[in-house]
Amino acid sequence: MNKTVKNATEAIQGMKNGMTMMFGGFGLCGIPENIILELSKTDIKDLTIISNNCGVDDFGLGLMLQRKQIRKMISSYVGENAEFERQMLSGELEVELVPQGTLAERIRAGGAGIPAFYVPAGYGTEVGIGKESREFNGKMHLLEHAFKADFAVVKAWKGDTAGNLIFKYTANNFNNMMAMAGKITIAEVEELVPAGELDPNFIHTPGIFVQRIFQGVDYIKRIEQLTLSK
Amino acid sequence: MALDKNQIAKRIAQELQDGYYVNLGIGIPTLVANYVPEEIKVILQSENGMLGMGQFPTKETVDADLINAGKQTITYLPGASFFDSATSFAMIRGGHVDITILGAFEVSEQGDIASWKVPGRLIKGMGGAMDLVASAEHIVVAMQHSNKEGQSKLLKKCTLPLTGVKCVKRIVTDLAVLDVTDKGFKLLERAPGVTVEQIKAATEGTLIVEGDIPEIVL
Repeated sequence: MNKTVKNATEAIQGMKNGMTMMFGGFGLCGIPENIILELSKTDIKDLTIISNNCGVDDFGLGLMLQRKQIRKMISSYVGENAEFERQMLSGELEVELVPQGTLAERIRAGGAGIPAFYVPAGYGTEVGIGKESREFNGKMHLLEHAFKADFAVVKAWKGDTAGNLIFKYTANNFNNMMAMAGKITIAEVEELVPAGELDPNFIHTPGIFVQRIFQGVDYIKRIEQLTLSK
Repeated sequence: MALDKNQIAKRIAQELQDGYYVNLGIGIPTLVANYVPEEIKVILQSENGMLGMGQFPTKETVDADLINAGKQTITYLPGASFFDSATSFAMIRGGHVDITILGAFEVSEQGDIASWKVPGRLIKGMGGAMDLVASAEHIVVAMQHSNKEGQSKLLKKCTLPLTGVKCVKRIVTDLAVLDVTDKGFKLLERAPGVTVEQIKAATEGTLIVEGDIPEIVL
């Protein structure tokens, strides 16, 4: 089985207005740069995007914000983006803020066939408003529901034609779980090799979760907060 | 003299024990890493997916794929590991992280904490703070005793939107070290030269003072 597609243009076939999509990455670390750039050149809009953050003004998902392709954003932290703020305040953009660990687990649950689960995060705060709550072991918990997506878009360091993925350092973050939660998962990788070349003992995401894979080009890997030791 | 930010960090570092897995929030908590006593070893967890965080990199070793939860470039130490966000929060939610140190706008005498949202100001999101405070076994808050307007940040009840309820155990401020108890804030130590009366005046919530209160030793 060969899951390889030629490039980002071929990879996004089937993406439509109004879809729900997941994008991996934490800040600008480990984001699928090629697909975001490609999608920002299309007229696909009214998207619900699940991603921990929303890029910066001129990079990452910020590019799709500029083109007003996003209707709703589901994230844990959305700072460092002026256009985001403008669209949110004007009501053009709907925003659902989810505690980061709950966001990660809701995505994992979506991929793992668990419709809902209880967590303590957010109990007694505005995150808990309207949610079922229940006591376990003397502590209150909130019922949280799984997320799934029409497309999940992830970025890995290495991948093979069978869809197996390996991430580098902290560029894994949300990518591994999102790969599980997409009806169609697209993986863009820095290095694509034939099946059999990656050591199966060191695979992070098994190929079963990936439907389309290609080797990305021109990675910029912008650094948000360059901090050096003195 | 009230403590400065580095001195608050240095005092909090005394809470660490050998072998602890530690999660440090942004701001003063980050400085705690600089004051870990030489005789102990702790492992820093960063909730974006790493254990074994090291110093900031040099120009030569910087890597865009290696950042901390504040999105700063970072390095890793021998024995480090990397993992996805669900695994990272399993460590936090599952109680595997020994101590969480974070900043706050307000703490109430019940241990409620407000740290993520000020109505009327830009809302950026809670990130991992709600998960951390809801699950950590031991939460230490590092903050100034009063805000810039001179109002106490140790309150009977928080006025800002909450991050979590009944979770803060210990608070280290520029004036004092306090524990949250059933009856209110219990004063444990005071900054050198700061009187109990000064701390009382700066604390809106119930302050419990029992016996002589020693000075903080740095």
